[in-house]
Amino acid sequence: MATRPASDLTVRVTGLRRTFGDTVVLDGADLTVGRGEVVALLGGSGSGKSTLLRALAGLDPDATGSIEVPDHYGVVFQEHRLLPWKRVAGNVALGLTGGDVRARAVEALTEVGLGDRGDAWPAELSGGQAQRVAVARALVREPELLLLDEPFGALDALTRLRMQQLLERLRQRHGFAALLVTHDVDEALLLADRALILEGGRIAEEIPVVLPRPRHQDDPGFGGLRRHLLDRLGVPAG
Amino acid sequence: MTTTALKQVAASPARAPARRRGPRRWYRLVSPLALFAAWEVTSRTGLLPEEKVPAPSLVAQTGWRLATDGELTTHLLDSLTRALIGLGIGGSLAVVLAATAALLRLGDNAIDPPVQMARMLPHLGLVPLLIIWVGIGEELKISLVALGAFFPLYFNTYAGIRDIDQRLVEAAKTCGLNQWQRLRHVVLPGALPSLFLGLRLAIGAGWLSLVVGEQVNAQTGIGFLMMEAREFAQTDVVVFGLLVYALLGLLSDTLIRIAERRTLAWRRGLQAT
Repeated sequence: MATRPASDLTVRVTGLRRTFGDTVVLDGADLTVGRGEVVALLGGSGSGKSTLLRALAGLDPDATGSIEVPDHYGVVFQEHRLLPWKRVAGNVALGLTGGDVRARAVEALTEVGLGDRGDAWPAELSGGQAQRVAVARALVREPELLLLDEPFGALDALTRLRMQQLLERLRQRHGFAALLVTHDVDEALLLADRALILEGGRIAEEIPVVLPRPRHQDDPGFGGLRRHLLDRLGVPAG
Repeated sequence: MTTTALKQVAASPARAPARRRGPRRWYRLVSPLALFAAWEVTSRTGLLPEEKVPAPSLVAQTGWRLATDGELTTHLLDSLTRALIGLGIGGSLAVVLAATAALLRLGDNAIDPPVQMARMLPHLGLVPLLIIWVGIGEELKISLVALGAFFPLYFNTYAGIRDIDQRLVEAAKTCGLNQWQRLRHVVLPGALPSLFLGLRLAIGAGWLSLVVGEQVNAQTGIGFLMMEAREFAQTDVVVFGLLVYALLGLLSDTLIRIAERRTLAWRRGLQAT
């Protein structure tokens, strides 16, 4: 189903359709992600953001249309989805092949600041730590593309800010492209090069986020973009 | 004042388990010991006739005699062999069929309905039919144990596989695990807690079936020992046989629980938080 896209693109999706019974959730959505580009996918609740991401992750055999994604991609879900019966390093190393599996897993854990927790059980971690392990599990595969489904949505506000900074650092170091499904407008503006609004089963609007990095909520230009996106998502200024 | 109140609250949960654990075990020994003592006294004084219920000390003496002259070992080994073979056959059949039914739609449609129907038959009531089918030899005892062990293990394995969180399977898929690897890393460990529970229940049912099976034309085994003793009104041997059955059940259950605790160490991690 998934084939490799042209050289300057990491993802190319054309005419993606998905229905649940009579409900059309995705109605011919088109989108591309460039090499090393971070694209945020915004949309109201039930707009099909997660459905789109699941189709890209190869988890939805009933989605039709053309999907081109790279061979090496990682997925981070809203819940950490670590196997409770494997220690942290074992979870990160899951499905890895080749030599030095353990060393590579520990290295990825070190990158997310958990190099010393490899022997812990997932149940012994806090929510933020478990989510960092999930990021390490995606990173260790040296992905060209990260698919992120509201990855920090279940974390408390402070942890979420730290995770966003961590993701930004990792992106600068590894240069992966990312598709970030989120309902958090600030998160989209902090991390993304481009924001897409999913509405009526299609990409209804594309907004380039031209802000210098590292970004901050207090930057000039941030407020205007936030206002525009919130308007677009149906939350007009009170 | 607020500080003292807080300190008390903080101190009590830390101290409570330590205080409870030690003496509580002690207390739990008191009533069984009292029962044994009462049994001994009533038997000795003749309040309980010896031919109905012999005193515990007499049962212990008989047990010691049977154990030292080698008679017990022979019968015990034969009973154990029957239990192990029956459990092996019934148990492996249960796991294979349950896995097929839980993982494949075709398997579910083909296997589960007849198993659900058969489960309502009391398998110990099948003895007359089994005698016609397999005779009154070893096959009967082994079939009964296998039948007894099959159902609990089948249902628990089936439920264990079906209860696995689909989201974990998806996550494993995105890590590039193929179907066999997902079976090994996600399905099997995920179903293991239920499998252990099924095994414990299966062993219990297996022993029960063996008790019944060994009363039909056995030439050896603990059940035979008891049946033979009944004919000669050796109540002490009958009671001792019962105790051996009970001990075998207890011992096998403890072994499984130890294996369970070792294999499912990740659950201890769960409790530790």
